[in-house]
Amino acid sequence: VAAVVLLVTRASGWEEFKAYFFDWERYRESFPEIADAFWINVKIFLIAEAIILFTALGLAVLRGLPGPVFLPIRLLAIAYADFFRGVPTILVILMLGTGMPALGISWVPISEMFWAIVALVLVYTAYVSEVYRAGIESVHPSQDAAARSLGLTRAQSLRHVVIPQAVRRVVPPLLNDFIGLQKDTALVSVLGVVEALRQTQINEAAEFNGTYYLVAATLFVALTIPLARATDWLVARERRQRLAAAGVR
Amino acid sequence: MRKALLVAFAAMLALVAATTASGDQTTTAAIPGCAIDSLNLQEEGTLTIGADNPAFPPWFGGTPRSPWKVSDPRSGQGYESAVAYAIARQLGFARGDIEWTYVPFARSYRPGRKPFDFFITQVSYSPERDRAVDFSKAYYFLKQAVVGLRGRPITRARTVADLRPYRLGAQFGTTSYNYITRFIRPSSSPRAYDTNDLAVQALKNGQIDGIVVDTPTTYYVTTVQIPNSRVVGQLPTRGARERLGLVFERGNALRTCVNRAIDRLWRNRTINALQRRWLAKVERARELK
Repeated sequence: VAAVVLLVTRASGWEEFKAYFFDWERYRESFPEIADAFWINVKIFLIAEAIILFTALGLAVLRGLPGPVFLPIRLLAIAYADFFRGVPTILVILMLGTGMPALGISWVPISEMFWAIVALVLVYTAYVSEVYRAGIESVHPSQDAAARSLGLTRAQSLRHVVIPQAVRRVVPPLLNDFIGLQKDTALVSVLGVVEALRQTQINEAAEFNGTYYLVAATLFVALTIPLARATDWLVARERRQRLAAAGVR
Repeated sequence: MRKALLVAFAAMLALVAATTASGDQTTTAAIPGCAIDSLNLQEEGTLTIGADNPAFPPWFGGTPRSPWKVSDPRSGQGYESAVAYAIARQLGFARGDIEWTYVPFARSYRPGRKPFDFFITQVSYSPERDRAVDFSKAYYFLKQAVVGLRGRPITRARTVADLRPYRLGAQFGTTSYNYITRFIRPSSSPRAYDTNDLAVQALKNGQIDGIVVDTPTTYYVTTVQIPNSRVVGQLPTRGARERLGLVFERGNALRTCVNRAIDRLWRNRTINALQRRWLAKVERARELK
């Protein structure tokens, strides 16, 4: 670390760099303004996450449907996940956000926020469904078999036996994806919505100073760190309970 | 042989363009202390000028040739191209000694070595910006204007206050956007786009009611991009007059000589002639109260 600090601070452009990116006066002054804009990121994140939690689980279940009857549905689910994991998120946002309103159909919403959220939901449903699927597959088949032998239908067994266990196991990777989603809300800026990133870019270009990036970075980190610690705590608690139930200390 | 022909052809073109671009201007005497070999340049003997892409009219003219889209800064056509060549001429550069290089606007002011001697693409001066880069003297004084779709309610606006109920947009980081947030203060939050083109697309889509651009740029928007649009009006100047300057890397001594060249161009009325030639037809829109 010391070596890196020394290397950076002794670079010939350091003074210019410092003046451009670390202006504490500007940092303090712009904080409330960018925090205001960051609220839009938080809103997008919360709405999108609430939807994704269910759509992704639905997709994972569809993909796990057994037998040849459901083959077309399985294939569709696979194609969906492949497509939306493959296309860059920013492209999906741009295509929907500028493309759908351009259709000029009266009942199609033209709101940028609407299409941005739709795009994020489409993309992250694909990611998160893979996480759920991994969780569902990690539940031992004997659990399902035991539930069925007690007279539960397949759907009941899935709902009351398999999914509860699966979800608990995948909480950490789930949170990982949601932190990704939180950061990707900044991509909405390409549609002209003035959220945290766009506000920093506006301020940067207005004054030719980049300190504002630091403000935005602070805000994003301030939101993700508590989330990460909360996950750690959840995982630890879950582990304690499981071990206690098994009689292990 | 072919090459020689090409060179001869290029020289002829240059001659034609130079005579048309400079108009009634008399032959130039050298600026004292600004001999070409004493100038601080990227490349000795060559003036490297940066410009953003697409280069569009009336700022730039001519037919596009790679890498330039819409127009070509190398044409000498269009106001900014003509001004750049006039400045270069004052400094004693021949047309062939001028290189244009594509530089995105944001790259023009971020820290680090600049890949140009000066950058010209409608950059407005402000004291804050002047702390990160150096600006030349003004080569144009600018007004902002609002463009809306024909027949929409916004086109009936007569005052700046009339614009408040509408959703407006502009390219982020521009003084156009700042004008919206500082002086129009609309009731619904304005949109800030990566590029003018995206703002124009949003206007076409009906996602916004009007876009704010500088007055000359309205020409490109209303004639090329959305023929179904019109200038709602020019916006009155608030605060200091907005002026366009060339952007230099901080501390570049070349600026002194370029400033002298610009002084001369104002004094011998070349700049006025170029403005009449390239910008007169776009400056006629009425002004909002």
